[in-house]
Amino acid sequence: MDKEQRKHETPMAKQDVLDRIHNFYEVALGYNEEQAIREAERCLQCPNPLCVSGCPVDIDIPAFIKEIKEKNFLAASSKLKEKNSLPAVCGRVCPQENQCQKTCIIGKMGDPISIGRLERFASDYERRRGVTVPEKKKATITGKVAIVGSGPAGLTAAADLVKLGHEVVMFESLHMAGGVLMYGIPEFRLPKEIVQAEVNYIKKLGVDVKTNYTIGRIYTIDELFADGFDTIFVGSGAGLPSFMRIPGENLGGVYSANEFLIRVNLMKGYLFPEYDTPIRIGKKVAVIGGGNVAMDSARCSLRLGADEVYIVYRRSKEELPAREEEVENAEEEGIIFRLLNNPVKFIGDETGWVKGMECIKMKLGEPDASGRRRPIPIEGSEFIMDVDTVIIAIGQSPNPLIQRTTEGLEATKWGTIVTQEETGATTKKGVYAGGDVVSGAATVISAMGAGKTAAKNMHEYILKKKNAM
Amino acid sequence: MYKIVTKKELAPNIYLIELEAIDIAKKANPGQFVIIRLDEKGERVPLTIAGVDLDKGTVATAFHAVGRTTKKLAKMKAGDSITDLSGPLGNPAELSNSGRVLLVGGGVWCAPLYYVAQALATKGNKLTIVAAGRTKNDMVYEKKLQEISDVFYVATDDGSKGNEGLDFLVDILKTQKFNHAVAMGQVSLLKKVVDLTRPYNLKTLVTLASLMVDGTGMCGACRVSVGGETKFACMDGPEFNGHEVDFDELIQRQRVYLPEERMASMIHEKLEGGVKRG
Repeated sequence: MDKEQRKHETPMAKQDVLDRIHNFYEVALGYNEEQAIREAERCLQCPNPLCVSGCPVDIDIPAFIKEIKEKNFLAASSKLKEKNSLPAVCGRVCPQENQCQKTCIIGKMGDPISIGRLERFASDYERRRGVTVPEKKKATITGKVAIVGSGPAGLTAAADLVKLGHEVVMFESLHMAGGVLMYGIPEFRLPKEIVQAEVNYIKKLGVDVKTNYTIGRIYTIDELFADGFDTIFVGSGAGLPSFMRIPGENLGGVYSANEFLIRVNLMKGYLFPEYDTPIRIGKKVAVIGGGNVAMDSARCSLRLGADEVYIVYRRSKEELPAREEEVENAEEEGIIFRLLNNPVKFIGDETGWVKGMECIKMKLGEPDASGRRRPIPIEGSEFIMDVDTVIIAIGQSPNPLIQRTTEGLEATKWGTIVTQEETGATTKKGVYAGGDVVSGAATVISAMGAGKTAAKNMHEYILKKKNAM
Repeated sequence: MYKIVTKKELAPNIYLIELEAIDIAKKANPGQFVIIRLDEKGERVPLTIAGVDLDKGTVATAFHAVGRTTKKLAKMKAGDSITDLSGPLGNPAELSNSGRVLLVGGGVWCAPLYYVAQALATKGNKLTIVAAGRTKNDMVYEKKLQEISDVFYVATDDGSKGNEGLDFLVDILKTQKFNHAVAMGQVSLLKKVVDLTRPYNLKTLVTLASLMVDGTGMCGACRVSVGGETKFACMDGPEFNGHEVDFDELIQRQRVYLPEERMASMIHEKLEGGVKRG
């Protein structure tokens, strides 16, 4: 491969836009073997790889890419799984552009190596051929661990701890494990079959997954300790939807993004009436917010048959918190961006259904605490948008159930659990936490990183506890 | 899977089932609910707990077979299993000993009301109970409620048994003193009871069956305005101070999925040939 060729990434095929806006099949189609090998050949195999330092779970990136280059695809997958129990998920939803690929040397002269696409390729290859489960380590000192929540943080912590020989029980409040990977991220970005394959892998490792158990209701954290658990990881996520607190928000047709996405993704509302859960979508849909959840909601709305779908965001395009790739996909599909606009009121018809939304135009002022320029309303610029469905995607905060029912577990005023960043330890002895319940809504991979850190420290906690006995 | 241990028809189209779920039975309290899902394609449906049996390891709940899921459930038999049962969810009902309590239950809700009444009686409260139904044939738990009450009334919408409607309570509220009231039933009944007790400033606890998906605070479908603030029935309730609830908004929100529910019900009946009565 010459220097010029090396500069250019291997493109990945996508479902044609005119087709994909009418279905929920995956948009990105992944590499074939030939494409994967070509992309792997671009990697310089740096002796001091900068990409690894950008990975929250420390995957040996050059090593797995080398295996792909040498056509050892299963070995590539094993390499990934040494550090990452959810590679098929991460290969699809990680913001690689801000992590591993950001620091890639080739990125300085051309396109960085498409590490995410290669990760996806290797793990898909293995899944199609039947996953091999590593043998369980025989440990002399083992403990009993409870994992609360089965999202990315919990799955990662559970996998790491069960591999170390501990007895791991995972509690999930919904009827399927996977957390936000199941209820939040849509099928066309992350097929649910893939999530369930990753969950099954974790079950095969030996984790006992108990669905339909809402911790904080059926058992408190203290009751779990009384039941014989040595240490507990709380990865209960950021499941509580934020609302705008403006008039008309409780009208029919105004959804939280959580409700909308749970109905569509987890309950498969897009297959109603074959599936029992209905989802009502109108002709003109406004999605409030500019993050990935907003993009997901907008693109789901389109696929459910809406004529016009708007993203209404109070800042400008530059500040959109969504991944660039998701914004591009949304634009390609015909989502209309109404930037520098903010709703102030929802207007209902005589039946109590939303029929319009009063917005105000915004301008950008000085940067605020988040470093982004503060949006300022322009007085007198109010106008009415005709809409018959509104989806509020302005963020989620942690579900307060566990914090409310656990004495000695300190939380911040935002409801997040206080932890020591380097260990994941909370203010309550034996209780660790990580993921969105600690950081507030963030990425899948940062939650996995936190799960990993906590698992390591929980292991040490168990050893210390058992040795002292 | 969760086994249906017993199933009884309490009135036409109203059933009581006991489901095998020892972990839930051990933790359940009056006023809390469970969420059921019948099968892999099923929706999540909240049902208020109507009692537990620790010896059998079961949780009881009553339902009115009016929607797609409840109609399917009505056709299941003892020995069959449902895929998912989650609970207990929501906060327990307030069960203080306040002295004299007025309880009003409507239709299928008389079953979970009995569970609350039992607990209130155990705390030493004196109970005046009104069991309401559409007609004399639709009464649920009439005998049980009568047995546990100190004063007992029946009310039917058409007057075929007992009092016609709930307006008879005007005189009772005028002449008797209660320390608090509890109402469980359809939203229209709750609203009626709250309107009746409002002039007497009688604290009235109502249990709201809002639309729900997850039942754990995630979706916000169950949001309801209470005292001018948005609350989640699943997290902050389901029991609220009825005088603060915006019932008109709640009634509108409950209608959101009526067209889809009708469609699903029609499809169900076409496919399955409807519900067998009796």
